[in-house]
This record gives sequence, C-alpha cells and structure tokens, in this order.
Amino acid sequence: MTDTNPNIITINPVTRIEGHAKITIHLDEAGNVCDTRFHVVEFRGFEKFCEGRFFAEMPQITARICGICPVSHLLASAKTCDAILGVDIPRPAKLLRELMHMGQLAQSHALSFFHLSAPDLLLGWDSDPAARNVVGLIQQHPEIARKGIRLRKFGQDVIKTVGGRKIHPDFPVPGGVNRALTAHDRDAMRAGLPEAMEYAKFALDLLTKYQDTHRVETETFAAFDSNYMGLVQPDGALEHYDGKLRFTDLNGNTIEDQLDPASYIDVIGESTEPWSYLKFPFIKEQGYPDGMYRVGPLARLNIADKISTPQAQQAFNDWRSARNCIRTSSFHYHWARLIEIIYALERIEQLLDDPDITSTDIIVITEPKNAEGVGVIEAPRGTLFHHYWVDEYGRIEKANLIVATGHNNLAMNQAVRSIADQYVKAKELREGMLNRVEAAIRCYDPCLSCSTHAVGQMPMEVALVDATGQVIQTLRK
Amino acid sequence: MSDKPKVKVATVWLGGCSGCHMSFLDLDERLIDLFKLIELTASPISDLKEIPAVDVGIVEGAVCNDENEHVLRTLRKQCQVLIALGDCAITGNVPALRNQKVLTEVLDRGYVETESTHAGEVPNEVVPTLCQKVRPIQEFVKVDAHIPGCPPDADAIWYALTELLAGRQPKWDATNVRYD
Ligand code: SF4
Repeated sequence: MTDTNPNIITINPVTRIEGHAKITIHLDEAGNVCDTRFHVVEFRGFEKFCEGRFFAEMPQITARICGICPVSHLLASAKTCDAILGVDIPRPAKLLRELMHMGQLAQSHALSFFHLSAPDLLLGWDSDPAARNVVGLIQQHPEIARKGIRLRKFGQDVIKTVGGRKIHPDFPVPGGVNRALTAHDRDAMRAGLPEAMEYAKFALDLLTKYQDTHRVETETFAAFDSNYMGLVQPDGALEHYDGKLRFTDLNGNTIEDQLDPASYIDVIGESTEPWSYLKFPFIKEQGYPDGMYRVGPLARLNIADKISTPQAQQAFNDWRSARNCIRTSSFHYHWARLIEIIYALERIEQLLDDPDITSTDIIVITEPKNAEGVGVIEAPRGTLFHHYWVDEYGRIEKANLIVATGHNNLAMNQAVRSIADQYVKAKELREGMLNRVEAAIRCYDPCLSCSTHAVGQMPMEVALVDATGQVIQTLRK
Repeated sequence: MSDKPKVKVATVWLGGCSGCHMSFLDLDERLIDLFKLIELTASPISDLKEIPAVDVGIVEGAVCNDENEHVLRTLRKQCQVLIALGDCAITGNVPALRNQKVLTEVLDRGYVETESTHAGEVPNEVVPTLCQKVRPIQEFVKVDAHIPGCPPDADAIWYALTELLAGRQPKWDATNVRYD
C-alpha cells in the first residue's frame, strides 16, 4: 500500500492491472469507517482538444467518449449543433434520432443486466470468480445467455439499420440526420420486436423473482436518500430524447420542474477532489456535497409521474407502490433498467408505426446563427449535457460536458460508504464486503468510459492498515 | 467439445472508449462458438484481472498514462501473440488529439476553467500520472497483428481471430475493413 495515511483501507481494484478505478476506506482513531472514496483514474481531455474544431465535427469526435453509449453523445452533440444553427429540425429527423436512441437504450441496458450483472444473480455472489462472467453464464445457463445476447443484438441492429453501423454511426448531423429510413428496413426492425419483447419480459420476471426471494437484501442494498434529476415530458411522463428537466427531493417533492435544460448551469455546479479524475456535480442551492442527486434509470422512474406506453406503465405501477413512490435502494437500478427496456421496445414500435418515419424530409441546411448552444439527452445512465461556444466561423471556442456517470459520482461514493458501514466491523475486513462494494458500484452501471473508463467487474484488493501503518490484513479476489 | 486445449486469451482496455470491446461483444451468438475454442482470462468483462500467462493478448486503446504503460508491458510479457485492436491502439486516434495541446492546459480546462466548475483543482492524489503525449502501443512494445477500425466491426474481429487461430496472419483490404 502506498497510502501514507495509516488509517486508510485501500480497495485497489484496478490500479496495477486495469488502472481505471479504486476505492479507499478511511477509518477514524476508534477504527470505525469515517469516509470512503471511489476514485476514478482516467482522463482524456475532450473539453480542451475539441477547441478549434469545426462544430459540425463534434458529434463524431465526442461519440469516441464512449463505445457503450456513443449514440447518447452523437445525439446530445447534434442537438447542441442544432441550437447553434438555431433550427428546429424536421419531425421525421426527430423520430429517427429517437428511434436510434431507443435501440441504444435497449442494447445498453441488456448489456448491463445480462452481460455484467446476471452472472452475480444467477451464478451467485460467491461463485468462482473465474467463471463469474458472461462466459460462465454462456456455459452454465446457455439459454439465458442466448436471450441476453439476442436482446442486446436487437438494440444494436436498430442502431445499425438506422445509422449504418453499430458503434459510432455517422448519422445524426447538425440540422437533422443524413439518411432516411426505407420501408424495407422499417419492416425488418418491426419483425424483430416480438422476440425482443419476450426476452425483456423474461428478464423482468427473472429479476422480480430474485427480488421476491431476497426482499430485505434488495430493498436495503446501498439504500439512501438523495435528490433525483432527469428529463420529463410536459405531462410529467418518462422521456429520453427531449423534454425538460425535473428535480425532486428525497421525499419525491418537486424542487424544479419543466426547467429549460439550457439553463442547467444555474442549477448544477461541479466540484473537484484531488483524488479523482471524475468531477462531482451537485445542486447549487444545496451546496457541495449536500446537494447530492442521482440520475439514470432509478432517478427517471422516481421523478416520472407515468410512462406513456401501456406495458411499461403496467410494470411501473409496482414501482410506484413504494412509500412516496420513491425507490431508494441502489439495487433497484436493475429493476428500473428492465422496465425501461420494455418502454424502449414499445416506443420503437410506436415510432415505426408513425407514417413520418420513412419521410425524406430529414434535414435543414443552414449557417450557424448562435454563438452558443446546449444539447441534452437522457443517456442510458442518466442526463448528458453538451455545451459549446463557437466563433463566427463555427469553430469551437469552448466546450463543457457533464456526463451521466458524473452526476452519480457523489451517490456512488455514498453507496460504497453504506456498504462499508455495514461490512467493515471491528477493524476487520469481511470477505462479503468485496463482492458487495463491487456490486454496489455496478448497480449504477457506471460508464467510466464516458467520464473516464469502465469498472467492468472489478478485481479487489483490500488492505487493512492499523494506526501504526502496519498492514494487518489483506483480502484479494 | 474436443480435448484440444483452449487458446488462452487476455484483453486489456487502455485509453480508449470501450467501443472495441463492445464490437467484440457484437460477435453475438458467434461468441458461443468462440468460447468453445478460447478461454477468456483477464478482461474488462470478466472478474480476473491479474494477467496470467496467455497465448493471445488483445489491446484496446492508446497509452495515456503511466498505468496504461505498465499494463501494456505486463501483457506483453505474459502473452505470445499481441494484437492491437482498433485505431486507438494502432495510431492513438481520438485520444491523441490532445497531443496538439499542452497537457497542463488540458487539465486546467477540465478541472478549473469549465463553466460549471466551482473552485476546482487538478486532481493529483492517488490518480495516475498522465503522459505528456498519448502514444500508440507499438511505440512501447512489439505488436504481432493489427485489427484496424474505429471500432473494427464484429466481422473484422471474427475474421482476424479465426485467421490467427488457424495460424495465419490476417490480411486487410477493402473487403474486410471499413473507414466510414
Ligand atoms: S478505436 Fe475507436 S472504438 Fe476503439 S477504443 Fe478507440 S475510439 Fe473507441
């Protein structure tokens, strides 16, 4: 351990090997947990090196922030460019962008559930780490793995069909999109929907059964109060592509509603800590760090009044049966994700049924009009802001980005804290803690690639250091 | 399943966007066949991160910080054949765009100047040290095969892996690599 403070436990998940995230647990004199830190250790500098580029290049450049949810960056960036052009893009272009976005929501959530989290739920927290991954899932539950693979594939195929490739498609452009949808392609996507819906419902069933048989564990798992933020439609319904910002407090009371996302900077501030490359957004009025809020699937379902599609609404009714209609357990991110897959699939069907979806009125060509633009979208992991300033030639002067995982930074730290409080007792590390800390982080499906990089399924090395600086216990898996 | 020992594979993720790993997962059902031939050891999608001795090492991403370099060198020692997967590993690609700027200015923009940041400071504890310049991996280690693309699509990855498993060097031309 290189930490000089003798009262720090370091969970060193990825430093020596992957180098993308690590955790330290700080003890007070009495040996009780007094602080926990989730360190994010990768930085690429998009906000600087985009300066000087032509604004229309930004969707393609910023897509390379993240290969898991490139469509989010493509769309947030294209919306920012629309604002700089000062145009309202044609309705068919909006529909096509949302269609691609719904494909992404389905594939990203399927990846999170089946490829990354299901091995824990189906193979067991304490199963052999060598097999506790998607390969083990394929070997031990081939049918379940195949369903997960097929569901993710459906979402990826929607992205490819609409935009030409699965990852980093060149499709949303300033003023609209660059290809229309053929009736043939529309019908091909439609044909895949029933199978995808079957697997989405299968996943929800699987998770519901798990929650029924592990009620206490799943309802209290890194459960804590926080504010929530996300986009909603004008009537308060769940929204991902457009909409306005809503903030609610721990009791579900609205703090801000129908706020123009372009004024995000009035409400949200970001703080920094010397020990993480990921910044710490907070609600300005409440200050740092009290103004912690959560984003992403759990937050979206906590702030929404309803869901506009029938089957997702039905699943949402159970969600809303909680006190104040708020779910606080980090575990319930999984649940929210699966409800959102059902929404995404229903929404895809609605979009494909819209007569405008095959229209060729898909772009407005014009010159930049505004010196500044903000674009926002609900990425799979939460609200994503792009904000650019351009000169008279349309070159980027400045760029400011706040990514989904960033918003959850304080919450992920809080989640680690609550697990540590529960599992670090009497200056002794317990084996179960390693899995639980890992799982608590994974609930947030942190796309550290967006902000930085991925935790994936983290290796853990925990060292317990006593007050004299001696390592008294090391656990590793 | 045959008794032929499986080819051991490790994959690492340096400075990149994860898109190359995602493209690997886009093999979809072909993964089921692939995992009959290979054994996946350390990887961002598995729980094993200590890189064991393997036959094949696959690298996504460029070298952006000291830990990236350490991981890369460790993998090179542990593997027989090292594959550069994607343009970041091969050329530096988008992460290397920061090479046009001075590193301290890049950091200041990120942590001090950004409009939403309040009293920010550049992180300097626990976090790895960034390299002055982002570099592709062959500037550090010997690379045995390349899979170009940003990302290479799943068909390109499938072609390269099946060629390598058959003991052949993949050949790239307009039929199997795309730059659109
Ligand atoms: S080559 Fe492209 S897809 Fe692969 S890691 Fe780099 S930016 Fe991402």
